[in-house]
Amino acid sequence: MSAIQPKIGEPVSEELALVQAAKNGDDSAFEELVKRYDRNVFRIAQHITQNREDAEDVVQDAFLKAYGNLEQFQGQSKFYTWLVRIAVNEALMKLRRRRPERMVSLDEDVKTEEDSVPREIADWSPNPEQLYKQSELKEILSRTIQGLPPSFRTVFVLRDVEGLSTEETAEALGLSIPAVKSRLLRARLQLRERLSRYFQKRESGDGKK
Amino acid sequence: MKCSEFLQELTNYLDGALDERTKAELEDHLAWCHNCYVVCDTTKKTIEIYRDSELYELPDDLRGRLRSAIMAKCQQRKKTQEKI
Repeated sequence: MSAIQPKIGEPVSEELALVQAAKNGDDSAFEELVKRYDRNVFRIAQHITQNREDAEDVVQDAFLKAYGNLEQFQGQSKFYTWLVRIAVNEALMKLRRRRPERMVSLDEDVKTEEDSVPREIADWSPNPEQLYKQSELKEILSRTIQGLPPSFRTVFVLRDVEGLSTEETAEALGLSIPAVKSRLLRARLQLRERLSRYFQKRESGDGKK
Repeated sequence: MKCSEFLQELTNYLDGALDERTKAELEDHLAWCHNCYVVCDTTKKTIEIYRDSELYELPDDLRGRLRSAIMAKCQQRKKTQEKI
């Protein structure tokens, strides 16, 4: 079985030149950075907040905060990693405001009933994503990931959806590398477990309930 | 290798982050342990489905509106700072 292929990012030097130009007051350079990363920030924000309006606010607030603090970006990390850190913090703040009754923290290392022991061992249909209409599939994926604790789904979305490395994810979230790996393993296994209900091979062959 | 040991290394294995020796041990386990093979294969599919899902894509019209709002607020901020 082959490993997952990482996504390929933009060249870092070109990005640094844009950041430098933006620092020097070139707003079109900053707009270019917005264009480059707005989709990513929106996806991350919606995965964390699970709310479209909150995600829209996070996109605006995160870029505005980045704009106001560009001087503090020293270039030790990628601009994108720095931006993601800002966006994740903004998104978590939204989530806390919406759910004040629950502590929402990236530090929570939740032990759940269905933790890391696989129970659904049945194989999946060869093309599981084709078992459902596109809109149904999105609904299933959205509902499934919503069931994960915020700290797990944040790590999963950064690593597996956005393609950040383990080190970049750790940096963006202020977590240790072992903490990222542990949450990622459990997030992946829990999602797999839950998706198995929808995607496993059935005798009738059509996979639907 | 026990199944529990395999599971602990699953993320490193899928990410291609293992040395050759550990990778070979895991593949040896996969060759005879059907359960771990299924878990590994379906975990990989889970990741690929989410990665390819285009869940929460930003629609073009909203994207344009958000960008205009961001740039307008940036301009406003700049003007306020110039006054100070």
